[in-house]
Amino acid sequence: MGKENIPEAIVRFAPLDKLLGIGRANSLWPMTFGLACCAIEMMAAGAARFDLARFGAEVFRPSPRQCDVMIVAGTISKKMAPAVQTLYDQMPEPKWVIAMGNCAISGGPFSFKGQYGIVEGVDELFPVDIYIPGCPPRPEALIEGILELEEKITGNRRWPRVEA
Amino acid sequence: MNAHPEILRLLAFLAGLIIFAALNAAYLVWLERKVCGHIQRRIGPKEVGPFGLLQPLADGIKLMTKQVLVPPQVDPVLFRLAPALVLIPAIMSFVVIPFSANLVAREINIGLLLVFAFASVNVLGLLLGGWGSANKYAVISAARCVSQNVAYEIPMLITVITMVMITGTMNLNEIVLQQPDISQWYVFRFTASPLMPVAFLVFFICSLAETNRAPFDLGEAESELIAGFHTEYSGMGFGLFFMGEYANIVIGASLATVLFLGGWQSPVSFIPGGWWWFLAKVYFLIFTIMWIRWTYPRTTLWGLLNLSWKVLIPISLLNLLVTGGMLKLMPLIFGAG
Repeated sequence: MGKENIPEAIVRFAPLDKLLGIGRANSLWPMTFGLACCAIEMMAAGAARFDLARFGAEVFRPSPRQCDVMIVAGTISKKMAPAVQTLYDQMPEPKWVIAMGNCAISGGPFSFKGQYGIVEGVDELFPVDIYIPGCPPRPEALIEGILELEEKITGNRRWPRVEA
Repeated sequence: MNAHPEILRLLAFLAGLIIFAALNAAYLVWLERKVCGHIQRRIGPKEVGPFGLLQPLADGIKLMTKQVLVPPQVDPVLFRLAPALVLIPAIMSFVVIPFSANLVAREINIGLLLVFAFASVNVLGLLLGGWGSANKYAVISAARCVSQNVAYEIPMLITVITMVMITGTMNLNEIVLQQPDISQWYVFRFTASPLMPVAFLVFFICSLAETNRAPFDLGEAESELIAGFHTEYSGMGFGLFFMGEYANIVIGASLATVLFLGGWQSPVSFIPGGWWWFLAKVYFLIFTIMWIRWTYPRTTLWGLLNLSWKVLIPISLLNLLVTGGMLKLMPLIFGAG
């Protein structure tokens, strides 16, 4: 859904694409946009203790036209879904989506037989790049998700991965 | 084909000033994010290059390769014209700013007037950007910007008229030459008017409001108006608005430096005056502007307009009267000097 509208480059230059990737990965501006309690953790990630600004990702732009990554932080009710879809459509390419928390991944605790109010996962609306599990995920998890997205864009991991 | 040396000099200055404006826009954003971080007990950008110094480069690459989205309902001409109308006058204003005794692109005897003429064009750019976007938030924001700029241009210009009465010239380099040491700086020139520090404050507050900086950034109040007049701009359109804003901040700080703080003149006797002093003073003022931005919350629109019409305009008119009186009275009391 939505993928068919993404224009493909006719000519590609590998080193240039790499440079563009590095530039984009280090300047991921998220949207000022939260749906539920996960948004509180997203705010904490931007504040003093976790400081998303270290990776240049603290520029929460209020207008979707200036955003690169949409952090879907929270439960998407069926009433909210059209608004979320509109915001996604308003973002210019290239754009990425992070599904933060169990609700955005699959509906979380609200997903049960006979429920009628919740969209069960944001990937039912548009493609998602990174899933961050947790209810809600800690700010470290969000930062890890952003690093994962950077790896997806550039092909390189910023820091060595911590083994569990 | 022997080019005229004057034309070559102007071309060199043109290139230099564009580079200066672009570098300033890039690294003032970096400085802003660092200052903001440290004021909020964070570190700010640090992973992209040493001290995050490559952050503006990454942002530049990102903004330039972002899709330039022109929504179907906008006015196609005005929408594309507005960012240029914001940036170009700001760069043009640099023409008359004296960086040092000789480092000035064009010494014009109405330099001060020229800067304010271009500053007014900048407002037009914001208005056209908001209007051309055909977006309710952008239009409201543009209307706010214009009312704010009109309101604050009055006390600013009255203060500037006061300065012109004292200095007797609009040539910025001559104004600097009249302030050879710190006691002669116009902030402390109490023989001209006892209200000079107040005049400097009025000028500084007005230049904050003219450049739409917090606490007067009602034009882009995120909580009410999405992103203000640049709501519909993506990629480099937004980037140009940002460059224009930072160029205007540099112009405002430069004017305050030239008019009140002695321009490129040295405040201490053992270091000679030069462009380094000019830049030091300008960047100190810019740091103060950032400091204010991250310390004070945004005012309301009526609070903003009240401050101008009820406080700043009466004060600046009083200063005008006092200065005029002093100019006439001092020679009578102390003999023609």
